[in-house]
Amino acid sequence: MLSEMFYKLWANGLIQMAVFETIYMTVIATAFSYLFGLPLGMILCVTDVNGIRPTPWVNRILGFVVNFFRSIPFIILMVAMLPVARFILGTSLGNGAVIVMLVIGASPYVARMVESSVKEVGAGVIEAAQSMGCTNMQIITKVLLPEAKPSLINGAVISMVTILGYSAMAATIGGTGLGQVAIIYGHQRNNADITWICVLLTVAIVQIIQIVGTTIARKTDKRIK
Amino acid sequence: MIELKKLSKTFESASGPVEALRDIDLTINDGEIFGIIGLSGAGKSTLVRCINLLERPSAGQVIIDGRDMTALPRAELLKMRRSISMIFQGFNLLEQRNVLKNVCFPLEISGVKKQEAEKRAGDLLKLVGLEDKADKFPAQLSGGQKQRVAIARALATNPKYLLCDEATSALDPNTTRSILELLRTINQTMGVTIIVITHEMKVIDQICDRVAVIDNSRIAEEGRVSEVFTNPQSDIARDLILPQDRAALDTAGGRQVRLTFDGLYSQAPIISQMVLDCQAPVNILFADTKEYEGVIYGHMIIELPTDERQADKIIAWLSNSQVGWKEEK
Repeated sequence: MLSEMFYKLWANGLIQMAVFETIYMTVIATAFSYLFGLPLGMILCVTDVNGIRPTPWVNRILGFVVNFFRSIPFIILMVAMLPVARFILGTSLGNGAVIVMLVIGASPYVARMVESSVKEVGAGVIEAAQSMGCTNMQIITKVLLPEAKPSLINGAVISMVTILGYSAMAATIGGTGLGQVAIIYGHQRNNADITWICVLLTVAIVQIIQIVGTTIARKTDKRIK
Repeated sequence: MIELKKLSKTFESASGPVEALRDIDLTINDGEIFGIIGLSGAGKSTLVRCINLLERPSAGQVIIDGRDMTALPRAELLKMRRSISMIFQGFNLLEQRNVLKNVCFPLEISGVKKQEAEKRAGDLLKLVGLEDKADKFPAQLSGGQKQRVAIARALATNPKYLLCDEATSALDPNTTRSILELLRTINQTMGVTIIVITHEMKVIDQICDRVAVIDNSRIAEEGRVSEVFTNPQSDIARDLILPQDRAALDTAGGRQVRLTFDGLYSQAPIISQMVLDCQAPVNILFADTKEYEGVIYGHMIIELPTDERQADKIIAWLSNSQVGWKEEK
């Protein structure tokens, strides 16, 4: 049966709070990651050799930066980026700092997701837009983004789940949420049931994100009859 | 009027430069339907993309209504493109927009108010016979319907020119015919100059006034469709007009002669007369007639008897007749 510790945590609302914090950090971090990652991914796409405005030097520099950050394991990146959080927020503690870390870790990832979604838009449609006299900006806002929308939403779901995973890791540098509960009350105090409850709750959150996201993507996709 | 002057285009590839177009000189007059035919890889798609500068020529000029497109600043070029619409083999509709919104798209780009744009789009959908599909999405349409939407979209900005890049190549013969009819109607009622790129002679046959045959990056032959059809000068034009598998015909090995009939002689029983006069049999290998501007044109390939005396007799008869003829290699 469940340990005493679980009832104590539940009665104090700690587990409920952890669920809320996990969702909160994930949503905010995803939003900010897209704020940076979406334009970044779009620039990667536009400046590509086959893009609407090939600019090899921009593409190469951005590509390098993105790959650089993506190749660092998140747990190391977090520790390394603590001074950045201190610089931005004045503190390297708490969920604010965790969100900064998550955004730094996830933006390059999001940029690649966006890039691959936007590259799915057919060259023919872009050519048609060019033949009508569209400016590059019009192609981005009226062709690339709307045509890639279902794929972008699917990508956002994957990114969000990844960010949720990162947020649990952030417990090691003082982040809260289900990761923290699992480590402090489950692992360190040897309550396997609490660890497992955190696992189940995480799985449930991921499932909900996945189902909601996929449904929205399918509903918006007009290619399906 | 569209004038191409000494137009060349070279692509850089990993294995060195590839010459797609070489010294193309062409004039396309206002109001005509001009065909550009060639085999795949001949350079015709590159040629049509050089007209609206989707491909920038390596050398030469593209002069449209007296303005050199290659010298225009980008903003001017974009504006100019609104008067040169284009339709494609793959239709290239916006999949996430419904039919009406697709037709509105070029108007939206040029800043026309939504209400006005939708009204114009509605009118155009009526013109192409799809007014009942306005709220459908491209995925719900057949190929022919998609091309009609693309045509309506292309006409939205009241273009002076319409470029058709293999616009019927993905369609079945019946749909092809109806799309071509629609294009002809648009040419006649709206006065849009149409440039048709195709690899199919029947497309040229059905709607074009003049044709340029492109082969190996150059113009091999150019002229009125009736002239090129009845008297093709280049090998490539002959190949395109005649069935490709003609060489496979099992013949007795006699000399082959191509006869061309223009309006006057297509009515007379020429072959019968020739056979009766010469007392020599001929073998008809190929025959075709076409109507251009109300006149019947035809051509025929006959094989002469292997007996040289009889063959010479027929050649002599032909030389004295009014029928156009030429010995085939």
